Amino acid sequence: MGKHVLVIEDEPNIIEAISFILSRDGWTVDTHSNGHDAVSVVRAKSPDLVILDVMLPGKSGYDILTELRQDAATQNLPVLMLTARGQSKDRELAEKIGASRFMTKPFSNAEVLEALHELVPQ
Amino acid sequence: MGALNILVAVCLTYVALLFLVAFMAERAALRGRATWLRSPLVYTLSLSIYCTAWTFYGAVGNAARSGLEFLTIYIGPTLVMIGWWWGLRKLVRVGRTQRITSIADLISSRYGKSPLLAVFVTLIAVIGTTPYIALQLQSVTLSFASFAKVDPQAMQFADSEATALWVAGGLAVFTILFGTRNLDANERHHGVVMAIAVEAVVKLCALVAVGVFVVWGLGGGVSETLARIDASDIGTWQVDNGRWVAMTMLSAAAFLTLPRMFQVLVVENEDERHLRTASWAFPTYLMIMSLFVVPIAVVGLDIMPEGANPDQFVLTVPLSQGQQGLAMLSFLGGFSSATSMVIVAAIALSTMVSNHIVMPIWLRIAQGGAVISGDVRHVVLLARRLSIGGVLALGYLYYRFSGGGAALTSIGLISFSGVAQFLPALMGAIFWRGSNHTGAVAGLLIGFLIWVYSMLLPSFGPGVFLSAEVLEHGLWGLSWLKPQALFGIEGIDPVVHTVLWSMSLNAGAFVLFSIISFPQPLERLQGAQFVNVFQHSGNPQGWSGGVAQAEDLMVMAQRILGPVETQTLFQKAALEQGLVGFLPEPTPDFLQRLERELAGSVGAATAHAMVSQIMGRATVSVEDLLAVADETAQMMEYSSQLEAKSAELSRTARQLRAANEKLTKLSVQKDAFLSQISHELRTPMTSIRSFSEILRDTEELSPADLEKYADIIHQEAIRLTRLLDDLLDLSVLENGQVNLNIRQGVLQDLITHAIASTGAESSGLNIHRSGISTDILMETDLDRLAQVFINLIANAQKYCDADQPELTIQVTERDNYLIVDFIDNGSGIPAQAQDMVFEKFSRVSDRQAGGAGLGLAICREIMARLGGSIAYLPGQGGAAFRVSLPIKMKMAAQ
Repeated sequence: MGKHVLVIEDEPNIIEAISFILSRDGWTVDTHSNGHDAVSVVRAKSPDLVILDVMLPGKSGYDILTELRQDAATQNLPVLMLTARGQSKDRELAEKIGASRFMTKPFSNAEVLEALHELVPQ
Repeated sequence: MGALNILVAVCLTYVALLFLVAFMAERAALRGRATWLRSPLVYTLSLSIYCTAWTFYGAVGNAARSGLEFLTIYIGPTLVMIGWWWGLRKLVRVGRTQRITSIADLISSRYGKSPLLAVFVTLIAVIGTTPYIALQLQSVTLSFASFAKVDPQAMQFADSEATALWVAGGLAVFTILFGTRNLDANERHHGVVMAIAVEAVVKLCALVAVGVFVVWGLGGGVSETLARIDASDIGTWQVDNGRWVAMTMLSAAAFLTLPRMFQVLVVENEDERHLRTASWAFPTYLMIMSLFVVPIAVVGLDIMPEGANPDQFVLTVPLSQGQQGLAMLSFLGGFSSATSMVIVAAIALSTMVSNHIVMPIWLRIAQGGAVISGDVRHVVLLARRLSIGGVLALGYLYYRFSGGGAALTSIGLISFSGVAQFLPALMGAIFWRGSNHTGAVAGLLIGFLIWVYSMLLPSFGPGVFLSAEVLEHGLWGLSWLKPQALFGIEGIDPVVHTVLWSMSLNAGAFVLFSIISFPQPLERLQGAQFVNVFQHSGNPQGWSGGVAQAEDLMVMAQRILGPVETQTLFQKAALEQGLVGFLPEPTPDFLQRLERELAGSVGAATAHAMVSQIMGRATVSVEDLLAVADETAQMMEYSSQLEAKSAELSRTARQLRAANEKLTKLSVQKDAFLSQISHELRTPMTSIRSFSEILRDTEELSPADLEKYADIIHQEAIRLTRLLDDLLDLSVLENGQVNLNIRQGVLQDLITHAIASTGAESSGLNIHRSGISTDILMETDLDRLAQVFINLIANAQKYCDADQPELTIQVTERDNYLIVDFIDNGSGIPAQAQDMVFEKFSRVSDRQAGGAGLGLAICREIMARLGGSIAYLPGQGGAAFRVSLPIKMKMAAQ
């Protein structure tokens, strides 16, 4: 089995696309589609990496990341943030909170895979 | 050379001496070396003009006729001087601070500077004083006659009328010479005062000399004389209580209100501290004057032949004993008493007459000429001189017409009762702020009328002014109008009768009318000035304690200039004066500077009034107060303009703030909108890009996956297109650039079409239609309205979370509005989100439903363009929307 990735995203088509790409690249993919319980799901599944959308129903990606960084268990967990709001202040905010990488949608599949390999050496 | 010739010679010498004294005093006063003129002794002696020929001769006559009653004339003023000196002090202070020239001036000035009151008081004073002047002429004439009787060679002098005329003329000349020499602002006459002081000494000496002669020369010593008194009628004389009290009160009142007494007491007063000396010295003088009255009367009655006039005993007793020298001195005493009274009375009256009657009339007649100030001065002097002549002429005429026969005492009482009418108004003036002009006029008028009717007119005897008929039976035969028994009260003493009625009704009317009428503003100001004269005028002995005043000034200045500026100002001034600390000496320089500083803030008049008030240097005059009021009015005007301006500014500021807030809000909205659009566009593009890369890069893709992914790309492309369509649509609607396509159609058909185009019924949403079943024909943009309906039905289809979703479409008509409600049976929209549902990109639920959140915003814009509205209907169970349109429709033909 490859490394374990958790995709937190509410747009079904995007989940489908990311899941397909990562599976093809050899990752074990888990998905979750709302913000309410995202933090506890991360703790429960303890993935090697999290792909986190910003605009989620229930709780924003920023809030989820902030909580993860306060918790010792997930303090250093690699998190790739994705957002459809591509303004520079969004990127600054994400980096400040502690996102490992920040990518705006639409992304190229190759870029995502490359970023994942950098964050989690195979 | 007969006794009468010697008498005339002595008289002329005496008069020449008086001229000299008056002249010297005037000279000394002009040179400013008049300190001895300003002694309390001179003031006290000048008060002795109260003792006229009436008291000099008449007291003995009165004692011979009525026993000890003559004492009341002395007791009244004594009570005033001893028991009421503080009241006198107030009167004197008011007189000085208000620059009062006469009693008429005081009363009119206090009651609103009323010319009417001034004229009225002047007339009463003239009428009331005229009998008194006649009295003096009569006494001088009588005393001449007494001399003439013992000098048969000189019978030609016995013509009493000619004597009276000579005396009146001589007095007029003397008074004019010394009473109108100058026009001091304070109306003081040093020469005259000095002359009457000398006369006061002469009359005292004369009476005492006669008394000593009578007691030791004729009576045989003190104990012998006392025994004679006990044996006489006077010893058994009984006190008439009513008359005793009335006479005492009357003389006390007259002491204050007689124009000549007011003149010497108030106007001629140099220093109110003199009152302290006078309060004991003057009663002492009166006591000495009264000491020998009874012995002279008793001895006179004993030794003089039956029928001799007791009013002349002071003169005739020495004459009968051949004591020519003593008789001469006695004559000079009586002459002094008469002349001093006449001179001062004439000065006082002429001041009133010229100031309040002649000058106003002259100024009115010669309005143009009044501008030349030199002329006015000349005219004032002329008016004074003519008035003096007029007053003495009146006195002479009264003497002629009253027949010269009445007893001296009764003529004196007529005068006393007349001027006593001023008392209520005078007391009210300085003690009662509530008293006013109306009250003063009413009281004076009623008191004056009663006095004239019940005392003055009857005094001429029946047939002169009042017929015997009126005296006996009353005016018009009305018994209650009998002059000496008013209102049916009979049998009391005529003097008591007049005093009782005139004073009580006068005071009553004064109080009553003061209470029921309202004072003018000027009267209120003057009232405060008079009644609170001690608070207003400060310390008359000069001001000391500069530090305390500097502190007061500082406290006041801080309130106006502010603490920092005030301290800087004061400290700088103190430094310049070489003082340490904050408080400078209140030098004139500093006060002037402070006043200027204050004036910048509160106006010059107010600043002056404030500084004066604290320094106690001058009273705040009515003019000052009026100037303050003017300034205040101007400031209020200015401040109301400022207020209006500031209201305008704050209104503008509010508008600007509102505009700014709106712009800020719009800017935030624009940012949020762009951010939203970016998100809504990027999301489908992400899928499209990702899947197209998958299709491109993946070699072994199953046909099912291939088809699925191509389908997703297709869907998302459509979604993008729809989003762009919506955005453009909304933009057009919001900018108002939309072209409405107005057509006629039937509402029910439109709803049916909308349901069909959503395909809702086939997707499981159960739709009920209720309400008006007849076809409603309407005229509007049917496509746009259908777009709203479709949106609402589609929303129900997407968001209704019931197990068996249902939508009720209900048509009603109310208040000229056509209402279409869309109510589903889901859980509805949370209350806090209800306000938001019509905003762009507001999505209540998850985005799985796929809308961009523009639908309801578009609906709202469409309904606004169609002239209707769309609103969320709370409390319907599920989500409920109400579409209303004004009725521009008609029922379709059945």
